[in-house]
Amino acid sequence: MTPHDYTFLQGFLKDRSGLILSNKEYLVQGRLEPLAKKHGLNGISDLVEKIKSGKKDIETVVVEAMTTNETSFFRDKNPFDQFSETVVPRLVKARATKKSLRIWCAAGSTGQEPYSIAMCLKEMGALLKDWRIEITATDLSREVLAKSEAGRYSQFEVQRGLPIKLLMKYFQQSGETWQINADIRAMVKHKQFNLLSDFGALGRFDIIFCRNILIYFDEPTKTGIYKRLAKALEPDGLLALGAAETMIGLTNAFVPSPGLRGFYAPNPAAAA
Amino acid sequence: MKMCLVVDDSSVVRKVARRILEGLDLQIVEAEDGEKAIEACKNGLPDAILLDWNMPVMDGLEFLHKLRRMPDGDRPKVVFCTTENDVAHIARALEAGADEYIMKPFDKDIVAAKFREVGLI
Repeated sequence: MTPHDYTFLQGFLKDRSGLILSNKEYLVQGRLEPLAKKHGLNGISDLVEKIKSGKKDIETVVVEAMTTNETSFFRDKNPFDQFSETVVPRLVKARATKKSLRIWCAAGSTGQEPYSIAMCLKEMGALLKDWRIEITATDLSREVLAKSEAGRYSQFEVQRGLPIKLLMKYFQQSGETWQINADIRAMVKHKQFNLLSDFGALGRFDIIFCRNILIYFDEPTKTGIYKRLAKALEPDGLLALGAAETMIGLTNAFVPSPGLRGFYAPNPAAAA
Repeated sequence: MKMCLVVDDSSVVRKVARRILEGLDLQIVEAEDGEKAIEACKNGLPDAILLDWNMPVMDGLEFLHKLRRMPDGDRPKVVFCTTENDVAHIARALEAGADEYIMKPFDKDIVAAKFREVGLI
């Protein structure tokens, strides 16, 4: 990969996905070199030439390869404990008449996060009996969404964060892989979606998980997404961010939710 | 510092597990079969036990049954770590009182996730 190729890919990926690459040559090399080989090309320079010549299928696979992120079941554990112990019980009280909850996983990736949420809700049993629960998992990559829809994971994947009792309860073993049960899969609706686009068509949500994805965007892009996320939430809804993420100095669209780590509420003062 | 007893007949596995667990700030004691693990527990119960299934002299399941019958034997968190990766074995381990279950091969992330799950790190 030449410096020109890298510069081109930086601009191309920012335009198409908002992804910011600074000093990430190793990441580009590591992800696109195997992709080039898979498509019978000599290397990243050939991939760049294909993109420049307008090969849409190559554009898509390059964006997907660069935007697929590390994930695991119950990643960081604490957000899911808070979700089950505080966030959902609080919303259940507030929605007692409506009996409906809409949850959005904005970077659903290969499904570990949306299915972790679905398992948390299933574990609540009677509390959510007769409720209409909608979990929408979106991602830019069609490939990871297809994996998420299949709900099939390797032995390594099911051991990262997934308690053994939940593995036994909600998965079926098939040789070396484990597939999440159909009733849990049915709780999650999948949709290809670019966070740079308008959120209006998705409607309003009670909870949005947007964890460990905005770290890849530049500040103006992040600020714009935060503003649109605030509008996509019900006034008493909550946004969950990754443990290392902060919006301090970026936007006043949200305020930290008291007593909840990593959860943010839309700021009524900013919405006014 | 919390103490973890690593029970496995393979010295290589014990060495790898020791390196990972010491990296998680746990103090390590080793035993090469279930009988030696029982002796180690009589000298003082550890906080956690990383337990292989198939071992000579006394296997992991028999050890677990004996451990849970010892005074305070319900206290140590037991994480099975075995090549037995089918639901029937997992179910038997849980029924016998295992807290978590690792299917070999394992890596640092898996061990850390399982020990976090049982509240040891």
